[in-house]
Amino acid sequence: MDTKGVKIKLHDMCLRDGMHPKRHQISLDQMHSIATGLDAAGVDLIEVTHGDGLGGASINYGFPAFSDEQYLRHVIPALKNAKVSVLLIPGIGTVADLEMAHGCGIHTARIATLCTEADVAEQHIKRARTLGLDTVGFLMMAHMIEADALAAQGKQMEDYGANCIYCTDSAGYMLPGDVTARIAALRRVLRPETEIGFHGHHNLALGVTNSIAAVEAGATRIDGSAAGLGAGAGNTPLEVFVAVCKRMGIETNVDLYQIMDVAEDRVLPIMEHQIRLDRDSLLIGYTGVYSTFLLFAQRAALRYGVSSRDILAEMGRRRTVGGQEDLIEEVALELQQQQNSRGNMANA
Amino acid sequence: MKKVNCALIGSGNIGTDLMYKTLRSDWLNPVWMIGVDAASDGLARARAAGLKTTHEGLEAALPYFATDEIRIAFDATSAYVHAENSRKILAQQVFMIDLTPAAIGSFCVPPVNLEQHMRKQTTNVNMVSCGGQATIPIVNAVSRVQAVSYAEIIATVASKSAGPGTRKNIDEFTRTTALGIERVGGAKKGKAIIILNPAEPPLIMRDTVHCLTEETPDEAAITASIQAMVAEVQRYVPGYRLKQQPVFDGKRISTFLEVAGLGDYLPKYAGNLDIMTAAALCTGELFAQRLRDGTLTFPTLKTEAA
Repeated sequence: MDTKGVKIKLHDMCLRDGMHPKRHQISLDQMHSIATGLDAAGVDLIEVTHGDGLGGASINYGFPAFSDEQYLRHVIPALKNAKVSVLLIPGIGTVADLEMAHGCGIHTARIATLCTEADVAEQHIKRARTLGLDTVGFLMMAHMIEADALAAQGKQMEDYGANCIYCTDSAGYMLPGDVTARIAALRRVLRPETEIGFHGHHNLALGVTNSIAAVEAGATRIDGSAAGLGAGAGNTPLEVFVAVCKRMGIETNVDLYQIMDVAEDRVLPIMEHQIRLDRDSLLIGYTGVYSTFLLFAQRAALRYGVSSRDILAEMGRRRTVGGQEDLIEEVALELQQQQNSRGNMANA
Repeated sequence: MKKVNCALIGSGNIGTDLMYKTLRSDWLNPVWMIGVDAASDGLARARAAGLKTTHEGLEAALPYFATDEIRIAFDATSAYVHAENSRKILAQQVFMIDLTPAAIGSFCVPPVNLEQHMRKQTTNVNMVSCGGQATIPIVNAVSRVQAVSYAEIIATVASKSAGPGTRKNIDEFTRTTALGIERVGGAKKGKAIIILNPAEPPLIMRDTVHCLTEETPDEAAITASIQAMVAEVQRYVPGYRLKQQPVFDGKRISTFLEVAGLGDYLPKYAGNLDIMTAAALCTGELFAQRLRDGTLTFPTLKTEAA
């Protein structure tokens, strides 16, 4: 499809997905600096939440430096044009958390479920709609099911009241053709006025390519993050995507030079480690594991003296899904025990 | 000694699984299964097992409760229906064991507080949630050794074992379980997370329990307490086990559990549902024993006599 003149909205993930590589420790000043930079650059939407969404503060996912409410109340009043979204994963966050965020002045609620479990989002999507919020159904790990099955789940979320449905490549596993098939299937079943979005991860270095495939198939909202700050090898680097859009004639509201500067001057300096396609992130993308497991696996590997790649591969074999971080320590213990028993046999 | 007659309200997965467990019981005699759907598989199985059935709801069966000497009712409907059921049942002087997440009755987690409920003559108990039954005993095993400032549980269940009721009201699971972690588990603050996993073949229910103690944990005492508690739960859920020895990291104690069911009506992977029906059964059996040995009487019976 010719994308010349197609208008899309860009949604930055630095202050939500980017919370993962920052271990949820982004300071209020850093939030303010990045959010106002993104706002000035023309980014339409900025997500601000714990990396695992509202209510994510936990031993399992990590306790943040500040509460969701503190972050939201700090960022929202500082913005001129950009709107703020929150992520909510039912089973972790609740309707009460959503109501709190609404009270802080959010514009968009993104209700996220595993791609096969859309029906757990019913009460949250309905509540978001009655609160008058821009309501997004966010289908995670969307590589796990075929395009038509994904479209059926998206349709269910639309029926509950979502006005936008996302195909979310949480593992950075999809190839461009996978994206095209899924977005096209969603476009076939959803009402014409329902928007479609795509959220990519860069674990196979396909974040930009996949996002373009999504736009070509009819997506009008694209997630990315300045400098790629996000889980795994990061999200689609927003400044790169904006440059490609300009070359292709896809219209965004974002100024290329300004978003480049936000990435370089405001996001890069807060990174604790360089977000790059290391072997663990590559394995995540190659095997289709939840990107957020990366740092948990690396920490458990250090603690138990096993390989992080082995942990991630085992998480893949067990067909784990987003949220199962608690299994990582157990898997590391099992690998350590196997390693010890092999060592004992060698010594015998 | 004569078995105590009971009624099962709700003919879905939970009610039907519970029927098979009560049919095997030395203390309970299932007399009624009450449903609302004439085509329900549970009602057909109940008829085949010789129970009286109705598909017209509790109202249709209530008039027979007195002559059928029903003394215990298990409610396996939904939180919304339970409120009304509970009022009607208690008026009939029948003990109510609620398996819905309504949280109207007092929370009951058998190895932790069933004896207390017997002593207090509680007439309406609530079984919290599947995740609560699996994890609250562990929280309590830690808090009975030393103070727990925070406890968090993550329950991962097979998608196939999460029915429409759970899915429509997933917030009730997190809210009710978190409350149970505090009230029965003994943690100052509780949090619950539930994850559904669609993998085939379906995964066996697993639970992680994280506790933060106020002071440095006494590893030996806490490990022994957790092991003793696991043995208690295994008395009614044989498939309940520790996947690893408890992990100690600073003030954090993490326990990894797996819960396989008995496979009565529900498949073995659905340990989340089995632990509910097994906990309800052992609650019902203790009620029955205490009724028969005369240590328990329905409190309102006294007022009736007066």
